[in-house]
Amino acid sequence: MENSRFLVSSSPHIRSGESTRRIMMDVAIALLPALFAGIWFFGLRALWLTLVAVGFAVASEIAMQKLMKRPVTVSDFSAVVTGLLIAFNVPSTLPLWMVAIGAMFAIVIAKHCFGGVGHNFINPALAARAVLLASWPVDMTSWVQPGVDAVATTTPLAILKGTEAVNQVLPNVMDLFVGNVGGCIGETSALALLIGGLYLLYRRVISYRIPVTYIATVGILAFVFSGFDLTYIPYHILAGGLLLGAIFMATDYSSSPMTAKGQVIFAIGCGLLTTVIRFYGGYPEGVSYSILLMNIATPLIDRFTLPRKFGGVKKSA
Amino acid sequence: MSNEKLTFKGGTHPPHSKKATEKLALEKANAPKVVVIPMQQHIGAPCDPVVAVGDEVKVGQKIGEAKGFVSVPVHSSVSGKVTAIEPRMYSGGTKVTCVVIESDMQDSIHESVKSKGSLESLSADDIKNIIKDAGIVGMGGAAFPTHVKLAPPPDKNVDTVILNGAECEPYLTADHRLMLENPEDVVYGLQALMKALNVSKGYIGIEDNKMDAIEIMEKAAAGKTGIKVVALHAKYPQGAEKQLIYACTKREVPTGGLPADAGVVVNNVGTAAAVAKAIKTGMPLVERIVTITGEGINNPKNLLVKIGTSFKEIIDQCGGFKETPLKIIAGGPMMGIAQFHIDIPVIKGTSGILVLSVAEARLPEASNCIRCGKCVEVCPINLMPAGLSAHAMLDNFDQAESLHAMDCIECGSCSFVCPAKRPLVESIRLAKREIIAKRKKAQAK
Repeated sequence: MENSRFLVSSSPHIRSGESTRRIMMDVAIALLPALFAGIWFFGLRALWLTLVAVGFAVASEIAMQKLMKRPVTVSDFSAVVTGLLIAFNVPSTLPLWMVAIGAMFAIVIAKHCFGGVGHNFINPALAARAVLLASWPVDMTSWVQPGVDAVATTTPLAILKGTEAVNQVLPNVMDLFVGNVGGCIGETSALALLIGGLYLLYRRVISYRIPVTYIATVGILAFVFSGFDLTYIPYHILAGGLLLGAIFMATDYSSSPMTAKGQVIFAIGCGLLTTVIRFYGGYPEGVSYSILLMNIATPLIDRFTLPRKFGGVKKSA
Repeated sequence: MSNEKLTFKGGTHPPHSKKATEKLALEKANAPKVVVIPMQQHIGAPCDPVVAVGDEVKVGQKIGEAKGFVSVPVHSSVSGKVTAIEPRMYSGGTKVTCVVIESDMQDSIHESVKSKGSLESLSADDIKNIIKDAGIVGMGGAAFPTHVKLAPPPDKNVDTVILNGAECEPYLTADHRLMLENPEDVVYGLQALMKALNVSKGYIGIEDNKMDAIEIMEKAAAGKTGIKVVALHAKYPQGAEKQLIYACTKREVPTGGLPADAGVVVNNVGTAAAVAKAIKTGMPLVERIVTITGEGINNPKNLLVKIGTSFKEIIDQCGGFKETPLKIIAGGPMMGIAQFHIDIPVIKGTSGILVLSVAEARLPEASNCIRCGKCVEVCPINLMPAGLSAHAMLDNFDQAESLHAMDCIECGSCSFVCPAKRPLVESIRLAKREIIAKRKKAQAK
């Protein structure tokens, strides 16, 4: 046909400006304040670890996709985000090669063996953290005091739990808030994490449902489990990986529910498991395992929280 | 006007893109030399031509007779001579029987076209017959015969008529201009529809991005008992029937049900104006307002076009293409139908001719679903488009059915927002066709 030169496709004919790349870039941008805080408190080593983690994550993705003869999708920035999160979940003293192994595990096993972006059933960065913690428990829990001297220390939650270093005193809440305490590179500065979280909320990359529900659950349960001691609330919320986990890891799209109701259930589950592990488990910290466990429950939660469809009313006689 | 914002849950905000034409007054399109009038422009049975090649016809003369109840007659939009009766392509994407008429450029009006008297003098049945004989169908785009809507099953208790002036499709301004320039006919048409259904409540729902239209319609409706103009939140798909009914009345149309199940009949404002015209002047539906717009057209316009005028002629009148356009759409960008070529006629349901440039219409490649849940958030029916689509693409149509694929109204909000650019509504649409086919097969057994 003479005029037949137009594109024909099924409607809709226009698309929004949203893209996977834009979303992942937003997450990476939101992680920057915490990265700066990590470098500020733990020195340049935090930066080297981050660069190695990101570099290996991206390189593993390219290698894996070439190997599987699939289109290379590193430009969607999701591997960068995973790399950043892995670095944020290790102490600044960790040998560089260990974080490289973590990054490779996250991308090759947790992400691409299950189908790549969107198909990982657990958070790749947390999977990597779990593997590293199980493989090198000592290196993964060698904390240093922020500052140039790199004095060995412990985390506020460990002090609170009394598992080790009984001679240490709890840091004050202000130090906790800005991040001037021992811990993983990206988890200590509540302030920086909250700035990132607000940015993600503003950009509508995440909804408030998972972070707020998760944090509130932990706050309330810490109050209850501690025998109604109010001082436990700020420590349990600000110390450890709760803010990092609640804002950046539990909100991972692939491994959290899609429905609003499901997200609330998921977050309550995360909060419950976190507090139970912290109070009654063997570890001082429970954020990563609780999120991993709830990741596994996500398909089930999605199935049982199908929203009520519009039009589900009875037909009038 | 009430101050509360009336709307529905879900939905999305595509750019309105109405600036190009919303301030442009209606113009009469140039008289076409030839019109091609399809015998099927509506949902339902096609018409049988009642003229033969060589016959002289006049404006408003019936040229196609309705077959069955769900069908409407078709009339000539020009005076002149029938030169062919043959299958031709139309905007539905298939060939249908068309009556081709060469205009004598006289526009002589057929003797059957005369005023039907005042609204007071007409009974409900009179009005329904006038509407059917005038070939009036839903002018919003779906082209469902209006008289069928006016005959709800006797067990339904219909108490409300809603006129749809939402015009939530981006780009289109045909209804907007109609409301601004001919509000009296819209109100008159609504009164006629209310009388035909014997109801006392009438709403005119308009999105609040058209405040001027809301104001003018309020003035036109002032003092008319039972009629209320309501401002609706400008959000897509506010003009979808079920969403509009919910916004105006807070009633929910049940799955598989009709608006009548919620006690409502919905008509487009353009339909109401056509009803008014048919009663006042006796002129059947032979012309309509069409918005011609998009980045790819030189002079966007709102034109009053005779049914049967070719897209090509209309596009030429609007200064032609700016550049080689990528896409020509009959209707709006969210639910309109992309066209293979422009040698097709404007029909009763053609609300717009959208000429999209390469930049506007480029469809990015789909990537993996990242489960962000944005499609779930925007779905006005509360479905899980990502899950439904995943089943549809694996040919798991039974699972798609159990996830309520048949409730999908195909508004396209999910595909619009998807950051991975996945063909969500496209695949759900496919599942619906498969499910319907399966049900038909099961019935035949």
